Amino acid sequence: MSAYRAILAKDLRVELRTLQSVPAMALFALTTFVLFRFGLDRESLSGSLAAGVILATVLFAAILAINRLFVAERDEGGFDAIRLAPVDPASLFAAKATALVVYLAALELLALPAFAFLFLDQWGGLPGVAGVLLLADLGLAATGVLVSAIGTNSRARDLLVPLLLLPLIVPVMIAAAGAAAPMLAAGGPSYDDVGRWLAILALYDLVFAAIGYAVYDFLLED
Amino acid sequence: MTEGVLVQTRAGARSPAVDAAVRLRALRRTYGDLVALDDVSLDLAAGETLALLGPNGAGKTTLVRILATLLRPTAGEVSVLGCELPRQAWKVRGRLGLLGHEPLLYRDLTIAENLRFQAALHGLGDAEARIAELLGQVRLERRADELVRNLSAGMAQRAAVCRAVLHRPPLLLLDEPRSHLDPEAARLVEPLIGPCGGSTRVLVSHDVEASLAESDRALVLGARGEPRYQGPSTGVSPGDARAAYSGQP
Repeated sequence: MSAYRAILAKDLRVELRTLQSVPAMALFALTTFVLFRFGLDRESLSGSLAAGVILATVLFAAILAINRLFVAERDEGGFDAIRLAPVDPASLFAAKATALVVYLAALELLALPAFAFLFLDQWGGLPGVAGVLLLADLGLAATGVLVSAIGTNSRARDLLVPLLLLPLIVPVMIAAAGAAAPMLAAGGPSYDDVGRWLAILALYDLVFAAIGYAVYDFLLED
Repeated sequence: MTEGVLVQTRAGARSPAVDAAVRLRALRRTYGDLVALDDVSLDLAAGETLALLGPNGAGKTTLVRILATLLRPTAGEVSVLGCELPRQAWKVRGRLGLLGHEPLLYRDLTIAENLRFQAALHGLGDAEARIAELLGQVRLERRADELVRNLSAGMAQRAAVCRAVLHRPPLLLLDEPRSHLDPEAARLVEPLIGPCGGSTRVLVSHDVEASLAESDRALVLGARGEPRYQGPSTGVSPGDARAAYSGQP
């Protein structure tokens, strides 16, 4: 547990000091919203279209952070330093996934109001959408850390991460969009059938967290 | 391969077979078709120092990384501090100190933050006192709150020495440990990584004379990772060691 806390605290401290991930993600998200606004030529969005815009934006912004997740470990020998310590590799997996969830939550704290301001006529469904995004973040983080670890020693990692991540994350997109769409309905938020989609999201989160826990040790070996 | 006789150590008579800190048998490591280490066997007793010599590309760093549990051998047996690698790597991690080509320090953390991070990974109880003691020894106490990215190479290497010995490891793996250090800095780190520190040491250096002078045993590797000499360091002269790894008779 102390290794988990140490790695997480280290990552958050470095991010606060360097601001390498979250500001880039936020800027990317805002730019994407502006592009959607002009590309779709719509002043307001609702339902599945609104859910698709916010979720796709968060997913693509997440790739920026996922690509950078192990940069310090790779370039500054952090992998070796951690592997030389009596640390369960699952601690590294859990700490990195938690850090990614924190980055995504920080992104959404900025992006969700901007999205609402640019696209929504009424904001009643936003708390529910925030909950859906948080659940999606868990799956995105578990999958993202795995993919980032796979890609980290590859010279083509910038290509590899999205190529591996995007197909894996399709179930998250479907379930999260299914849950968020009625919350963003034109006539006001509805919560019919949301439970089923949230259950699918939670199941995905659990499955990928378990896979990460099980295989992370092997990913870190030479 | 030349096999030396066993062995009169600096600490007194010792038999590597009794309490071998490092034991290699027919170790081989390849990268695809490239053979990095070929049929390397060795016994190193606890408290001894091994001088690991050879030309560039001879597999010295590969051997150090195998001993550090960071690389798996392709074939052969490796035992470190009584643990068979790679099967029992988890048991030996935390008892090794590695000082290699890279300082293994995060550039956007300060020296003290890096050492606290390492202390947490190793579960050190007396972290702050130990960090203060080490930084004092290498005269970095006033730089403790400076980011590693702002340090000179020599200062970063001094900080890396602190990192490597922070958890008092019984086995030190030292790959060019004095690189970037001026004579004064080298003198400062000597009590921590030198022969008087009490740890078993594997020492990689291109300074053949100095390596042999401060070691009990020597392993000289040829250009293809094949052992050319293995035995007491007194059994090989610097000239012979250079001749052995350059392939001369």
